[in-house]
Amino acid sequence: MIAEVGLALLWLAAALAALQLVVGALALRPEGRALAGLVRPVAVMQGLLVMGAFAALVMLFVTTDLSVKLVVDNSHSAKPLIFKIAGTWGNHEGSMLLWVTIMAVAGAFVALIERRLDEATLTATLAGQAFISLGFYVFLLIASNPFARLAQPADEGQGLNPLLQDIGLAFHPPTLYVGYVGLSIAFSFAIGALVTRNVGPAFARAMRPWVLGAWIFLTLGITAGSYWAYYTLGWGGWWFWDPVENASLMPWLAATALLHSVSVLQSRDALRAWTVMLGVVAFSMSMVGTFLVRSGILTSVHAFAVDPQRGAFILALLAIDIGGALALFTLRAGTVTEGKRFGLVSREAALVFNNVMLSGILGIVLIGTLYPLLTEAYGVKVSVGAPYFNPAAGMFAFPMFVVMAVGPLLRWRQDRLSGARSGRRLWPLAVCLALVLAVLVGVELTAHGIALLPALGLSVAPGLLLASLLPLRGRNLRRTPLPVWGMVVAHAGIAVALFGMASESAFSVERLAALSIGEAREVGPWRVSLDGMMPVAGPNWTALEANVTTRYAGGTPVQLHPRAETFTNPPGTRNESALETRWNGQLYVVLGEQAEDGRWQMRFWWKPFVPLIWLGGALVGLGGALALLGRVMSDIRRLVAKDKIAWRRMRQGR
Amino acid sequence: MTTPSTTLLKPKHQRLVLVLFALAALIGAGLLAAFALSRQASYFYIPSDIAAHPPEPGRAVRLGGMVQKGTLKTMPDGVTIHFIVTDGKARVPVRFSGITPDLFVEGSGVVAEGRMEDGTFVADNLLAKHDEKYVPREMKNMTESDAKQVVAQTQ
Amino acid sequence: MAAYEAGTMSQADPKPRLRLALWLPLILFAALFALFVHGLTNPADTNVASAFVGNPLPQFDLPPAAADRPGLATRAFQTGKPKLLNVFASWCVPCAAEAPQLAALAQAGVEVDGVAIHDQRADLTRFLAANGNPYAAIGRDDQRAVQLAIGSSGVPETYVIDGRGVIRYQHIGDIRPEDVPKLLARVKDAGKGAGS
Repeated sequence: MIAEVGLALLWLAAALAALQLVVGALALRPEGRALAGLVRPVAVMQGLLVMGAFAALVMLFVTTDLSVKLVVDNSHSAKPLIFKIAGTWGNHEGSMLLWVTIMAVAGAFVALIERRLDEATLTATLAGQAFISLGFYVFLLIASNPFARLAQPADEGQGLNPLLQDIGLAFHPPTLYVGYVGLSIAFSFAIGALVTRNVGPAFARAMRPWVLGAWIFLTLGITAGSYWAYYTLGWGGWWFWDPVENASLMPWLAATALLHSVSVLQSRDALRAWTVMLGVVAFSMSMVGTFLVRSGILTSVHAFAVDPQRGAFILALLAIDIGGALALFTLRAGTVTEGKRFGLVSREAALVFNNVMLSGILGIVLIGTLYPLLTEAYGVKVSVGAPYFNPAAGMFAFPMFVVMAVGPLLRWRQDRLSGARSGRRLWPLAVCLALVLAVLVGVELTAHGIALLPALGLSVAPGLLLASLLPLRGRNLRRTPLPVWGMVVAHAGIAVALFGMASESAFSVERLAALSIGEAREVGPWRVSLDGMMPVAGPNWTALEANVTTRYAGGTPVQLHPRAETFTNPPGTRNESALETRWNGQLYVVLGEQAEDGRWQMRFWWKPFVPLIWLGGALVGLGGALALLGRVMSDIRRLVAKDKIAWRRMRQGR
Repeated sequence: MTTPSTTLLKPKHQRLVLVLFALAALIGAGLLAAFALSRQASYFYIPSDIAAHPPEPGRAVRLGGMVQKGTLKTMPDGVTIHFIVTDGKARVPVRFSGITPDLFVEGSGVVAEGRMEDGTFVADNLLAKHDEKYVPREMKNMTESDAKQVVAQTQ
Repeated sequence: MAAYEAGTMSQADPKPRLRLALWLPLILFAALFALFVHGLTNPADTNVASAFVGNPLPQFDLPPAAADRPGLATRAFQTGKPKLLNVFASWCVPCAAEAPQLAALAQAGVEVDGVAIHDQRADLTRFLAANGNPYAAIGRDDQRAVQLAIGSSGVPETYVIDGRGVIRYQHIGDIRPEDVPKLLARVKDAGKGAGS
């Protein structure tokens, strides 16, 4: 029953999306003005219906309805509740339903709360959103119906791979989805603005919170994904330039550029077509990423639900949506009038520079990710990894960091770098530069054999951290607006993460050893000894657990328990690493196999300051959240003030 | 740049500067990518390829094939192994230090990442075909159905 | 980046040079699209054959895995008639998915022999009862010895063996309905090759 209701709701939502598109398109013509009032309610209704459909699917999973194919394939009655719920989107059909749900709910939100944008652009935006959603509805209803029943109910579900029953993995994909789909709103705004040729500060003001929200989720999703890969894969690395990782990084790069150009458009009315273009590119990268992952044309650590036919469907959607948007851009961008001018030394110019650098990195990542596909067309197989990505991206990243330190201190429109007043503003920057040079010299003198990139990262990071705090100088910290705090925290987060990355790659110590029970080894400042082995058993696995005593520089000993787990059904093994975190780094221990002579293979890493990578990522996300909070609070204040004025007027009138 | 406000470029010039800058960056990124890829992309070899056209020493490549039976030897340090990878036509000796992936045994398929040094392939990383964490695309051309198996196991 | 030009282009004076640059994003996207279509329509795994194709089967003699079917030995493939050798297991989900296709092949008159990997008799009996039993013989391979010797590293895989015991074709992964005619053609070819 629930499945049928869910399917019916989904059909209704799809029909409303079609209605929203048609009505929206008609309302844009002079003779269809009367219809304009219909678009908002339809968008809200569509959001509610699809939420109902998604809730129905969650219900099916929670109650483990074994007559529904999707539940049988992906769930099991004995699974913990949290993984039953997570199972809803841990598969292709469910994740696509989650995708349209987020999309429609976001559209409903826009329809409900956006009041300051002119009505025509908003109508075009909602019609654009309906157009994209419609493609996904067709995909769901025709090619991947999540509510399909089995002819005969199964006795029991197939369950979920124990490797995937991980709380991080359960909530990592939806976080990224919210980010991807949030960018679809920015995309729709860009389409709306192109249709009405109304690209200006009001458009930017409407678009910005959506870009910001999507960007926060992307940042947190990427950070969490990186940590997940780090602790589960047992390879000691935190970023592998894997296609799926790149698929989440590329939208983030485009969204970061978009976030900054939108704020230029909002406050200075410049960079009009560039912002629109980035809005299109950011969502394109989300679609390209989804396509690459789902079609399986590139192999990845996270290859799930790989199916070329679904890939073809997503590719068709990609071609229609993105191709259409770019065609519209080509036709219309020439008629978008030019924005305000600015000087070569100005905050706008700094933001333009960093936008171009981010686009450069985006290009590097995109080309590197697709290169294996390109060569395969000529019958040559290659793989592209860190030796390409790190230096090539670094060529663009480091100039960007320099401008990032200076940019927030420059004035809008036109600034000058000489004269007494500039001198007062600029000497702290000189201090930062001196710090960078001092650290660089220090690193080069004390530690030999550090590669250029990590050395640069180590020296740039402290200066960048200091410089990103400078916008707070001379301000009353209590009165400083939240968006400024957001920028400061996010920029500082970049510096913190950069330091972690550079330190990890410069100072990591690796020890590989075959140890007998009782034997000890030095790993950097640590002394580790293998004290014993114990068999342990879990619900569906048995394991050997090592008892490892670790001691940092002669301090108090800490016990670590890395495990080698064996699963019975389906057969498989997994190495569960053990981590010990200190303020200045992390010790990472992996247990391998037993050698023929009875010794145990063990692998240790001492990674100084590696947690800063994820701490930095979290700070970047926090900065975004602060900026968003500031925006929401000012909106609320404005509404309250409006109400107060209206109330006073009413009283005076009486 | 020193005189204020008069240095605002004329619209025409500002446009030109921005266009040139953006184009330069675009072309720069493209050229950099092409140059770096030609040097850094690691090619996939099977043993007969290595026998016919050995890669230059020190260049990062990937080697795929079967671990030949009876060739897997562990060195006295307990963590370094030697074995021979074959495709039925040619044989390449491989050396690897580290924890071998799950189900890496004699007779199984393997993809090794590393480089040739004095006729020996020195591997930094081994990807066994049965390692459900990673299914190199190249393996699909050999004897590989793990992608399907992984999908099956995740269901 | 081409968008930049657009952003700074005024309505009054669109230079033809900049107009051209406006097309750049669309052209780049078209190239990307072409690459994706190519990648999707030409999966890399169709053109290179396994190193074991063309080799004779190794010598083996496997005990029976199921109660009502005989075991499997190399000489069963040297009868002059081409056969299919299916590597499967009861714990493997795609193996259940390909069962109808195997049944269709058996129905078409091709003898299908199975090698059950790492299996228990009780599990196997349940599997065959649930999914049908198209096999003429099922050998039990607990050590994965035969599986590795014929270059199979996963389940399911299906080999076309000609009448002299030589591997003619290897199908990796589950047999989908669209693969059935292809496999039938391969079996027919193998029959011709062995007869001549």
